[in-house]
Amino acid sequence: MKKIMSILVRNRPGVLSHVAGLVTRRGYNVESIAAGPTENREITRITLVVRGEEHNLDQVAKQIRKLIDVIRVDPIPHEDAMTGELALITVSFTPEKKSEIMNLIGLLGLTIKHIEKDSATVMIAGSAQSVDTAINGLSPFFIRAMARTGLVALPLYDNGS
Amino acid sequence: MTMTTSKHASPAASSKAAVTGSEAIVKFLKDSGADLVFGYPGGAIIPFYDALYGSGIRHILCRHEQGAALAADGFARASGKTGVVIATSGPGATNLVTGLANAHMDSVPLVAITGQVATTSIGTDSFQEADIYGITIPITKYNYLVKDPADLLDVLSEAFHLASSGRPGPVLIDLPKDIQTAAIHYRVPRPPAIPGYDPRPAPDPQDVAALAEALALSLRPVFYVGGGAAGCDKELIKLAEGSDVAVATTLLAKGIFPDSHELSLGLPGMHGSKYSNLAINESDLIVGLGVRFDDRVVGDVRGFAPLARVAHVDVDQAEIGKRLSVDLAVHGDLKLALDLLIKKLKPRRRPEWHGRIQELKARHPLTVPSGRGAIKPQAAVKAVSDLTRGKAVIVTDVGQHQMWAAQFIESNRPRRFLSSGGLGAMGYGLPAAMGAALSGPGVPVVLITGDGGIQMNIQELATIRENDIPVKIIVSNNSCLGMVRQWQQFFCGKRYSETVFRYNPDFSRLAQAYGIPGKRVEDPDLLVKAISDLLEAPGPGLLDIQVEKEENVLPMIPAGKGQTDFFGEEA
Ligand SMILES: Cc1ncc(C[n+]2csc(CCOP(=O)(O)OP(=O)(O)O)c2C)c(N)n1
Repeated sequence: MKKIMSILVRNRPGVLSHVAGLVTRRGYNVESIAAGPTENREITRITLVVRGEEHNLDQVAKQIRKLIDVIRVDPIPHEDAMTGELALITVSFTPEKKSEIMNLIGLLGLTIKHIEKDSATVMIAGSAQSVDTAINGLSPFFIRAMARTGLVALPLYDNGS
Repeated sequence: MTMTTSKHASPAASSKAAVTGSEAIVKFLKDSGADLVFGYPGGAIIPFYDALYGSGIRHILCRHEQGAALAADGFARASGKTGVVIATSGPGATNLVTGLANAHMDSVPLVAITGQVATTSIGTDSFQEADIYGITIPITKYNYLVKDPADLLDVLSEAFHLASSGRPGPVLIDLPKDIQTAAIHYRVPRPPAIPGYDPRPAPDPQDVAALAEALALSLRPVFYVGGGAAGCDKELIKLAEGSDVAVATTLLAKGIFPDSHELSLGLPGMHGSKYSNLAINESDLIVGLGVRFDDRVVGDVRGFAPLARVAHVDVDQAEIGKRLSVDLAVHGDLKLALDLLIKKLKPRRRPEWHGRIQELKARHPLTVPSGRGAIKPQAAVKAVSDLTRGKAVIVTDVGQHQMWAAQFIESNRPRRFLSSGGLGAMGYGLPAAMGAALSGPGVPVVLITGDGGIQMNIQELATIRENDIPVKIIVSNNSCLGMVRQWQQFFCGKRYSETVFRYNPDFSRLAQAYGIPGKRVEDPDLLVKAISDLLEAPGPGLLDIQVEKEENVLPMIPAGKGQTDFFGEEA
């Protein structure tokens, strides 16, 4: 199964190696890891997506919680999660296919970041599913390069937590 | 992502005298009572050693950084204080790795300070540069690479706080050479404030109440105690005696509950007594206290204590349910939990269980094998126990002699039996005994080691002589790597692959070469006298005991097997 964790850490040099190292060392598969600043510049939020057996995943959450720089770990249940992802995709095409591709880009609601006569780089931001849909939609054409940020998520905080 | 260090320490109002980073560390160490440290110098740590010179801190110059790290470990285990070890960059730092991993596995408070190339050279593969920060991430509780001199004092105080609090462990501070020479303003460090780190979590009273209820209902309760209970010996005795609870102590917990106590089951697991494992098997409630349920005790997770509910109290939440899912979990500081438990639990006699324990102990005693011929290694260990009667710190190396020490040494107080448990690091014994003796334990320090293990850190004999450290060294000399040979005898049809030494030095004369009195004993009739002479002579000494070569540690539960799967016996 898959588990999404939102991890708040002290913004220390090396904190990402501590987290990523722990996960791989204990034998879990990292699907994605994304880190960035929060509303407090001394705190970084890491969104970690891992795959494994349920019991093991509980164990990895506890081990992460134990890291000194980790302030809190919130498991993100898939359904009510506030999650999102961004992807940049470069597609190549022959000039005669250009209008077909432009149509598709419009249909899929993608933003054009860069365009040449035989290639286009588009961006999509949304749910992981909408990113998947965009990639599927473009896949009949030649996808030359792609970058996905990995999932970012925000837990639903109660007032006061 | 951004990873900025945004901490430029505000200069404190107090003392504004400018000192070097090195002088600041020395002052910090002195102020915090770390007046005995272990180490080995080198280029990248010269400024620190310069500040140490004439500072009044006692530095023990070991003969190998691994020896220094393990000596600091022995010092820490025997005294309960934080051990300090210092090494240079590159090879000095990498030589600490086994010592750090050992302290990490056994939760020993240790602070390691390593020299590093200057911040401007980091990452350029400069001379004696090694990424010791990266190398030690998995084997430290926490580690630092100090890049800004303004961080230094806060890093030091945080490091000592982390090493010694909560579940203790080793912390490494990597210290570039320019940080050691940088001018800083000495100030009292800020009290460590680490969000998300709670060293003394209070147990949930409801969980403790549930545990009290389970105990009240239990007919055959067993406490399964680990090294995490080191500071809870009085509470344990009170609880066990008040309610007739049998107590099994792991290798790291030996002595926390007195071996001599009627309710003591001693060591459980692979080389534990039969009565210990049988009692666990018959128990209806196992309460793990500061313990890991590790594979040397719980070989078969599914078959463990089939009749029992299992409860676990631990300060480290990640230990709860790690190997074995438990029925009752109490997460929190063990002492707080036990104090609460004592309040909630009505003492209750369990004469049947008490009687059953005595019966199991009488029926399956651990005995020294008899027979003429060479000295039995068990007899040597038993003699040490009889001659010291609990009034000694016993340190072991790793192997058969270690297990015999666990079986036959009677230890009745915490911090009196030191052994490398989780890592099982050969070479532990000699330096650890040295560190223990330097901690001023007030009783003699006796090392029981093997002819293999002692050779892994034999160079420390020089440190022992140089500083007149009164370690009594007993070599259980079977001319082989006994424990591995035993496995090869049992499981590889006696194919002794690379476990028999075809040459060994004469250890008594080797000791003499180091200026340490050394003797060899071969005759069983002279054994007790030889050990008693060793113990009575002042200062360090070594006794090379020629023991039976093919002796085996029994009972034995093979790896992965259940509590009653004793090797060589039909179920
Ligand atoms: C550093 C290290 N290397 C290898 C081992 C594997 N090992 C465990 S016990 C043992 C034999 C120890 O022999 P010795 O010190 O002579 O003690 P004995 O078992 O004979 O009492 C070995 C090789 C280990 N535990 N540690």
